[in-house]
Amino acid sequence: MLNLLKPPIEAFQEFVLLSIRAFRNIFRSPHYADDIFIQMDVIGVGSLFIVSLIGLFSGIVMALQMARALTQYGAQGQVGQIVAITLVRELGPVLTAVLVAGRNASGIASELGSMKVTEQIDAMRALGTDPIQKLVTPRLIALATVLPLLTIISDFIGLIGGYFIASTMLGLTFSEYWTTAWQALEYNDLFQGLLKPFVFAIVIALVGCFYGMRTSGGTQGVGRATTSAVVSSSVWIFVLTAFITYVWNRAFVKQ
Amino acid sequence: MPDDSSILRFEDVSLHFDATVALDHVSFDMHPGQTYVVFGAAGSGKTMLLKVAVGLVRPNSGRVWLFGEEITHHREQDLFDMRARVGILFQEGGLFDSLTVAENVAYPLTNHRVLREMITKGGSNGSGPRTVEDRVRESLRFVELEQTLDKFPNELSGGMRRRVGIARAVVSEPALLLYDSPTAGLDPITANTIIALILKERDLRNTATIMVTHRYQDGHLMANFRYNPNSGQVERAGGGGDVSQVSTKFLVMNEGRLVFEGSESELQASQDSYVRKFLRVGGA
Repeated sequence: MLNLLKPPIEAFQEFVLLSIRAFRNIFRSPHYADDIFIQMDVIGVGSLFIVSLIGLFSGIVMALQMARALTQYGAQGQVGQIVAITLVRELGPVLTAVLVAGRNASGIASELGSMKVTEQIDAMRALGTDPIQKLVTPRLIALATVLPLLTIISDFIGLIGGYFIASTMLGLTFSEYWTTAWQALEYNDLFQGLLKPFVFAIVIALVGCFYGMRTSGGTQGVGRATTSAVVSSSVWIFVLTAFITYVWNRAFVKQ
Repeated sequence: MPDDSSILRFEDVSLHFDATVALDHVSFDMHPGQTYVVFGAAGSGKTMLLKVAVGLVRPNSGRVWLFGEEITHHREQDLFDMRARVGILFQEGGLFDSLTVAENVAYPLTNHRVLREMITKGGSNGSGPRTVEDRVRESLRFVELEQTLDKFPNELSGGMRRRVGIARAVVSEPALLLYDSPTAGLDPITANTIIALILKERDLRNTATIMVTHRYQDGHLMANFRYNPNSGQVERAGGGGDVSQVSTKFLVMNEGRLVFEGSESELQASQDSYVRKFLRVGGA
């Protein structure tokens, strides 16, 4: 029994230690600004197109589904409101994060994993750099900065997608759609919608780096690390969004 | 305590990962100017021996001294300054494939705090100010790869990558050099070129050297040949007084244990079947 529990507990301990060191390094020199900007470019600019595309279609699908339901009650006018709330609170953050997890948690894990198996991580330590400072912290900072921004873009393009359906299929005017969408949102929703991607970004960066840094067993190991990174970061995104929503509702929403 | 002249000392060092033993009560004491050749089958703990020596891996028990200072419980930050005085060639090369050859070779000079400070202050040993670029060129000229400065490691052949690895290991002019299987996976001619470079570095700067290998030939060359700076060639070490034979020591490892320690003639005289295996493989 004890032997069965040992590996996961050790892995968790390793993860916590890595996280602590990654956060501590934010306030310690040397700072690798170049690496932060490179990562922002790779993750942020690199994901922009696909994130916009997914945002657009999630807005379209939401509007289509809701249009059918709302028409039954003659409440087509509410479509902007519903699209705005679902996108900003939940769909925007989660879909963007899952997409970035698939694209970048895997990228981070495979890059760090290959560096690990070709002894580049050891070489780094031997040549005077802390790999956590040089590799993990820049990715953490970059992701925590760009994922909320990507989410904002995705939300906005999703709303445009919703407007496209509302105007072409439901015959809503520009102001009918955008006024209800705008009025439906409270600061509460915006904060929730920005807190989530920030938390997800930390999870994606740390999980990707964690699996990358503990890769062993050659190229096969890199493959395993990549898969594990995507799977566990995606699962954690869904678990955390449920948790954050629950806590948020308890704390800030008057029932 | 080791005496003052000790450069690397292991005292009863053990290391294990779960059930596998990597090092099993290993002890030895190395002095400046000495060459150690470590033989062992795959998985016998050779690589771990080198990693423990510079604190990349912490032993489970025992003590390690590097340059007379005990490093067993050093923090990573303190180890960085110690490692600046050690050059390492990794088995897989360990070159950063996102950096050019020149950036790779410059890496220790620009990242080790002590080396960075030394360069900004000027020449390390009164040889006048030398910039990072000068030293990188010098080091690449040493391995005869000056023309590859702006190439990336994946554009080079296996042997060339190994030579860039050597250039990066020697650029900081370390007091101790560790080579992890420098000839593994290379054809015999390229392998001999690599060994010639290792001899050149050792004999020009009298660097203490540990070389891990499974090729008997490599060890034989290290023990019996010297680099002659006048002719620029590697030659058989001279006659009866054979100095290098005395300063070259052979270690043989089996499943983490040190099963043999001695000179080449003692190695050849050994009756141990595991030890003899390495003599046969080389066929020298």
